[in-house]
Order: sequence, then structure tokens, then C-alpha cells
Amino acid sequence: MRRNRADNDASHLKLTRRAALLGGAQLLFMGGLAARMRYLQIDQADQFRLLAEENRINIRLIPPARGEIFDRNGLQLAENVPSYRIVMVREDAGDVEAVMERLAQVIEIDEETRERAIAEMARTAPFLPVTIVDDVSWEVVSKVSVNAPALPGVTPEVGLTRVYPRGEDFAHVVGRVGRVSQADLDALEDPDQVLRIPRFQIGKINVEARAEGLLRGSAGTKNVEVNATGRVMRELERREGQAGADLQLTVDANLQRYVQARLGEESAAVVIIDCQNGDLAALASSPSYDPNLFIGGISSTDYNPLLNSKYRPLVNKPVQGTYPPGSTFKMIVALAAIEEGIVGPEETVYCPGHLEVAGRRFHCWKRAGHGWVDLQNSLKQSCDVYYYDLAVKVGIEKITAMANRFGLGMKHDLALSSVAGGLTPTKQWKRSARGEEWVVGDTVNASIGQGFNLASPLQLAIMTARIATGRTVDPRLIKSIDGVEQPSGAGEPMGVNENHLRQVRKAMYDVVNDRRGTGYRSRIIDDTMRMAGKTGTSQVRNITAAERARGVTRNADLPWERRDHALFVCFAPFDKPRYAACVLVEHGGGGSTAAAPIARDVMLQAMAGGEPPLEAYPKSDRGRIQAQQEKLRDLAPGTVAAKEGEDQA
Amino acid sequence: MSYLEHTVKHVPTGLRKILFMNWPLAILLTSVAGVGFLMLYSVAGGSFSPWAEPQIKRFGLGLAIMFTVAMVPIWLWRNLSGVAYGATLVLLVAVELFGSVGMGAQRWIDIGFMRLQPSELMKITLVLFLAAYYDWLPVKKVSRPFWVLLPILIIVVPTALVLKQPDLGTSILLLTAGGGLMFLAGVHWAYFAAVIAAAIGLVTAVFQSRGTPWQLLKDYQYRRIDTFIDPSQDPLGAGYHITQSKIALGSGGWSGRGFMQGTQSRLNFLPEKHTDFIFTTLAEEFGFLGGVSLLCLYALIILFCIVSAIKNKDRFASLLTLGIALNFFLFFAVNMSMVMGLAPVVGVPLPMVSYGGSAMLVLLLAFGLVQSAHVHRPR
Repeated sequence: MRRNRADNDASHLKLTRRAALLGGAQLLFMGGLAARMRYLQIDQADQFRLLAEENRINIRLIPPARGEIFDRNGLQLAENVPSYRIVMVREDAGDVEAVMERLAQVIEIDEETRERAIAEMARTAPFLPVTIVDDVSWEVVSKVSVNAPALPGVTPEVGLTRVYPRGEDFAHVVGRVGRVSQADLDALEDPDQVLRIPRFQIGKINVEARAEGLLRGSAGTKNVEVNATGRVMRELERREGQAGADLQLTVDANLQRYVQARLGEESAAVVIIDCQNGDLAALASSPSYDPNLFIGGISSTDYNPLLNSKYRPLVNKPVQGTYPPGSTFKMIVALAAIEEGIVGPEETVYCPGHLEVAGRRFHCWKRAGHGWVDLQNSLKQSCDVYYYDLAVKVGIEKITAMANRFGLGMKHDLALSSVAGGLTPTKQWKRSARGEEWVVGDTVNASIGQGFNLASPLQLAIMTARIATGRTVDPRLIKSIDGVEQPSGAGEPMGVNENHLRQVRKAMYDVVNDRRGTGYRSRIIDDTMRMAGKTGTSQVRNITAAERARGVTRNADLPWERRDHALFVCFAPFDKPRYAACVLVEHGGGGSTAAAPIARDVMLQAMAGGEPPLEAYPKSDRGRIQAQQEKLRDLAPGTVAAKEGEDQA
Repeated sequence: MSYLEHTVKHVPTGLRKILFMNWPLAILLTSVAGVGFLMLYSVAGGSFSPWAEPQIKRFGLGLAIMFTVAMVPIWLWRNLSGVAYGATLVLLVAVELFGSVGMGAQRWIDIGFMRLQPSELMKITLVLFLAAYYDWLPVKKVSRPFWVLLPILIIVVPTALVLKQPDLGTSILLLTAGGGLMFLAGVHWAYFAAVIAAAIGLVTAVFQSRGTPWQLLKDYQYRRIDTFIDPSQDPLGAGYHITQSKIALGSGGWSGRGFMQGTQSRLNFLPEKHTDFIFTTLAEEFGFLGGVSLLCLYALIILFCIVSAIKNKDRFASLLTLGIALNFFLFFAVNMSMVMGLAPVVGVPLPMVSYGGSAMLVLLLAFGLVQSAHVHRPR
């Protein structure tokens, strides 16, 4: 670029003008900053100087009270109780060792605790309190307070801690809280300040974790004046926080207690759902554990047995566990076949005890065969061959579509950790997940709820509720939040032909109430509480031909891990369904012997709203049941007297 | 053949250049850095570690860089400006692709011995390139639409990249510095009026977009704006920094609590007490007098730069000097406004005082350019 001197001078003049202008603006802005500084530091200084003589102001967080959790009748499931602890601030203590020595003369502190506290104090900032002893009695607190002059930097603190009065009954529903861990903080994009309060508790699993946002509330603040040794002199200003919301669950705590007690040491799961509104009345997983053990951090002597037990007490079996649904799946196959017009109520199939499909022989559970069976008999006697035949004609896609409509293979939205979605296989699924083509044998296996099929007890209970009502019943666990009723799970009509459903329901009625039904021994004879159901026995192993040849080994002769799962789904009362349930006993053997009796007891308990009258049981059973009731009365107090109120409504 | 090259023969050569440097400016910079060492020493509770010592070492390195850069003739820097700008742009893209995420934002690349923040570098290379552009562009064309659009593009591309990191503070700085340079170069008033009108429109849009699917800023940025407008709303959440820093400042009073006697700022009320919020420590311990003294030092630095630029007849050199001064001004103006509760917390350090290596090295490099312009000015 060519440029002459005159041009350059002209442009430089302009540049100088603008530089002066911009420079002036900058100086003006700096003047503004100085004025602001003057305003803050001189005009407003009095306001701060008041507090600045020997004292400092300190903003402290007031942790919000966590929302409490109640059952449907207002019984407390999770509460907050005060807990005291003794803390020390290094900066204020001066000679930590000496103060600790004096403290040890006042209250009991063992050597290990002392060393741990001193080490922790060396690590943390000098002005932060470090807990020396936790969960101490009021007596210890008063001793420390009386000796305060000799114990600089040592103060008692009071906080709230979570307690689960119902212990292990609700470990898999309410869940538990625990200290905020680094992992908890890392998982949050913008962690709440309140989480940084030492010893703050955060929901770890189930409702406590999933409803954390509702339960936590928001922190309040207080401005306190602290003297030169860090002792709080007075409170200057207080802004109350917002306590967390109280939750009311749909679960009936007494029923839940009864169910847990009834399950005893079995590795089992029970789901009882209200057909009318989807309320989960009981959600039991056995064996369970005491969530209170976890709150302050669990010791390995307590934890290892829980972790290593073959009954897996830490697994939430009703929602997290998935099992082959076994014969309880037959209703789905039947409905799919009826809807497709493949089978009418009168049509029969001959069961010789096995069926040849694609060169493979599939056996019925009854080796001798059922002879000619129609739909009613097929469910009642749980004939496998009938369903093999049906399934081959209907095809897997139709069956799976029907299963999905009834909530199988679907992840239901509940405020619980790890709700399983189960599995309802399709050809496409097998191709992408297994890299193999679907074969007709897969369809045959699926027809009796074996093969790839997996469902959680929760899903099976929902399926049964949907069969009973013909509506898309959705499970509901949180009944109300701070008194505000949550939407009901009653659902819409499903669009399955009512006549078809009626046939299936009638067959389920016969399963329990017909002399030849697989669940006959678990019938209810009270006409207002008649039960309909379906047994299921799902294999966890393959029966080899050799095994079959010498006679199938009886369950009782097998090691526990290889026995069949026992299943039973049911609803009652038959003519006006109120509750649906699913009972699963892991490796319990046959559904009719291991699961159905439990189902009858818990359903009666739910319907009666307490201990049911003995008259509801068949005469022959009453003696045994009476003995059982007496035993359970001690284990599940509060369930004896029938409660008045909405249970009866 | 430029005017500059006619007069090159009068420029000092060799080590004699040192004598012709802008020594008052160098001394002022050292004084400000000294204030920084003092404050870092105090914040650490009367200890050279962990902040003061590395800071002193880095300042030494920075001074060496400044002197080296000052020795190199300014026209060499001008000729390199395009390459420098392009390279920084590439680095900004690289940080987008391979950068590490710190504090939720993607800002730096690890180059072995130090972490490089290309956005820091961009503050200088942008000014460098724009100054070269206006030096090259005939004065008559400065206000023609095409020749205005071009520098806007030069500014907007890196700004957008930085904003995406996301680093709102630096992108505002880049935009303002670039705009300031265009103003200095003599772009017509009407453009600035139009931009200001558009900015008002944009601000309205930003607020209108809140909560809608096309929301323009991130939630945390909105929260910062909210608490800026009313910090008392949320004294522990987003308003925490501002409230705490005002308390610390206010309790300093006229002459402060004395060196190492500050409590508010030492007591960890401020999580970034050694970086962005270091001014509160100064204002608490040395009071209004201390704060204003630092402000005066800054003002003098700006003044010396302006004077040097006005005296310099070379268009590139004066534009560069003014641009760097403006950059420097923006740094401390934004930081101090933020600390005093006049601007949202955007994460801009106090230049030469806050702890942090790459910002200080880049600033001293920039002042090296100012020195070079001063030494090699046409005489």
C-alpha cells in the first residue's frame, strides 16, 4: 500500500481523537469503579464495621427437614429423629491434642476414635468442624456443655437423622438414605449447596432416591456472628428453608408386614395391586434387610452376609427380578388366539402328552396327556400341548403384541430403583440380540412362558389386574405428595373383547374352584371373596432326554438352585375384582403347592383388611390355618383386628 | 513503500534498544504484579506456597518474554499477524475437538509443560490482526460496508468458538476489544449506533427466549443474571459469590484491616479467593486506599499506553498499542465490576494479580508488543 505523509497525518489525527475519546471513557469508567468502591467501603462501612470489631459474620446453612413417608393409612414409614454429635474446630481449639485429652476426661472416647478425629482435623480446613463422636446421648451433650470453658472449639451439634420404624418391611419400597458421597455429587450437574453440609443425607435407593427432589426441600440460611474463637455469639438473620414434601404411599404397612411375615425365610416376592386404581397395596421381597443399618454406613460384618447370601436379600425381587412366567403366560396366548379367530371356546385339541413340532418332541407336563381339551380345560389343567398347538398357529408376533398390551415387556414407571422391563421376544429381537433366526421351537417354548420370556412379578400382577378389569391398569406407588392426591392408575378400557376376557376369567375361576383345577387346594369358599387364578411353574434348567427316560427328577430331590420357580397370579373377588396379585417363590417347586397357598392367605388378608375369618377357608384346611394365624399374629402385630375405613369401602 | 520504512534508519539497533523501551510502563507492570504476589502470600495464610512462589517464577518468565518480544522489530510482528490469527483459530477449533473439560467448560489443551488456553491467546492475536488489517486498508475505505463486514467476520468467528466452550466472559471481552479497535480505526459512528441498537434487541430476545425451546443461554447463565439483578434472592446458591465479596469489601473500610488480617476472604467464604476474587482480599486488607491505589496503577498503565500510541506515527503500532491497552482495561474493569456487584460473575481474572499462568504470560507477551512498537517507532 502506498501512503503519503499527508494522508498518514490526517488518519493519525483521527486516530488520536478517537484514542482520546476512548481513553476518556475508560478513565470515566475507572472513576465509576472508584466511586462504587467508596460507596461500599466508606458510605456503607458502618454497616459492616458494627460486625467487624472482634466478630465475623458467617452464613450458615440450615439443613431442611426431609419429607416424611407414610403408608396409605398414615402409618409412618420414614421419620426424622434428632441426633447429637460432638464436633471440634481445629482453629478454635488451638492445641488439638491437649483439648482432646481434656475432652477424654469428660466423656468416653476410645483411642481409635481420637486418632481418627485428629487425623481428620489435620486434613480439613482449620475452620471446619470435624465430628469426634456421633449419635451421642443427651447426657454426653450436657457434660460437654457444662465443661465448655475448658474445651475451646468443642461444641455439641444437633441434627436430624432418618429412621425407618418399619425396618426391613420397606427396604425394597421406601429404600434408604445415606451420606452424600463424591459419586452422588459427581452425578449431579449443578449440586445443591446443601449437599455439601457434612453428614447431609441423600436418598440412595427406591422411593428415597427417586423422589429425592420432593423429599429434600431447600436449605434455609442464618447469618451468625462468630467471636474470635469461632463460637457463635448470636444469630443476626434467619431465612427459613423449605422442608421437603411428605409422601403418602399406596402401600398398606400392616398388610406389608403380614406378607413379609407370611413369606418368612422363603426367597420370594409378592405384589398385591388394587385392580380399581392401580394402587400397590403390598410389594414384598423376601428375605429383606434392615435399612437402618445402612444409614450411618454399614459395617462389613453386617454387609457381607447380605451380599453373599444365595437368597439375595439386596435384590428387589418383585420389580427388579425377572423370571420365566411359565404357565401364567397361557392367558396371553389364549387371548391372542381367540382374537385372531384361531380357536373358539368349543374347539378341542388332543393332548397325547407331547407334540411333534419341526421334528422335535415337546412334552406336556402331564406325561400321560390330557386327552381332548378345550380352552376352559386347557387353562384349568394347564395343558401344555394345547398351547403348543395354538402358538404355532398364532405366531410369536401376535403373542408378543398381546403380551405388551397387558404390560409384559414394558417398563412400568414407578418411583423405585431398577424397575425391570422384562422380555417379550420377537423375531427381530432374536436376530439383533442373538444373531440367530427365530425357529418355530422358540414359539412353542414361548407359548408356555418359557424360552426367552421374562417377566417381573410386578408385571404379572399388572397383567392379572388388566385381565380382571379389561382396563390398562397402571401401578401407582405414591398416593399423595404433601396431601395432593396423585393421578389414579385406573386406566382406560383396553379394547380387548369383553367376551374373550370373560372366557379367560371363567377358566381362571375354574383353576382355583373346580375340583380338577391346578389351584383347587387353595380355593376360598367365602362367596364374597371367591378367587380366580393361574398357577405357574417355571423351569430354570433343561430336562434332558436321558433324564426324561428314567423319569423326571422330583424337585425336592434337586439342589435348591436348580428347582423350579413357583408362580401364582390371581384376582378376587371374582365377580367384582378388587385386588390382583402375583406370588413368586424362587426355586419353590410347583406353583400350586408353593405359591398358591401364600396367594390365598395374602389375598384374604388384603380383602378382609386384617386377619380373615377362618370360615373363608375350606373346612379341611382350618386347623392348619388356625395354627399358622396364631404364629403370624406375633410376627405381624397390628394386622389382627380388621381396620375400619377405606379398606372396606 | 510505507512511511514507516522511510524512517527505519533512525530506529535504535542491538542492545541499545533496551534504553529506548517504555520503562515507566515496565515498572508499573512489575508493581501491579508485586501487589499480586503480596495478596497471594496473604491468601495462602502467610505462605509462598502454593500460589505466590509459582506466580513469581511465572512473572520472571513473562518479563523475559516481554523483553524478547520488545527486541523484535514491530514490522516483523505485523507481517506475522495473519499467521498468528490463523494459528490461534486452528487451536480454538482443536480445543473444541480434543480439549479437556474443566469446570464444565472446554477451554484448554494440554501441551505437555503447560495448559494452553487458546482463547487467552486469541485476545492478542485478534487485536494484532485487526491492527494489521487497518494498517493495510486505505483510510478512505474504512467505512465502506464490505470493508466493515470483513473485520466483523474476523471478530465474530473466534468469539462464537469461545462462546461455544462455553466461556461467556472471554467472548464478551473479544467482542468489545474487536469493536473498540474498529472504533479507533475510524469506522463511521452510524455502524456503532446500529450495533448498539441491535444489541439491545438481542438482550431483549435473550430474556424473551428464557424457558422456551430455543433458549439462547444455558440455565446457569440465566441464574447468574438473575442473582446479579437481585443477589439476595439466593445468597447461598448463585448469589453467594457476589454477596460474600461485597461483605469482604465493605468490611475493609477506609484503610483496611491490615496485611494478613483479612478474615472474610481468608475464611474460605470465597472459593476462588486466589483467582477471580483476589481483589476482595486486597480491598479487605488495605481498604479503600489500597483498592484505589491499584486502580491508579491500572489507570497509569492505560495512560502510558495511550500516550505511547498517540506519539507513534505508525498506524499499525498505535492501533496495536491502543488495542492491547483496551484489552487490559476490559480485563480489570470486568473483574472489578463483578467483584463489586456491578456485573454478573463471568469468570475474568484480575490482570497481573490473579493467580494463573497462561493469562499472565499472554499479557506480558502483549506488553512486549507494546514495547516493541514503542522502541521501533518512526522518529
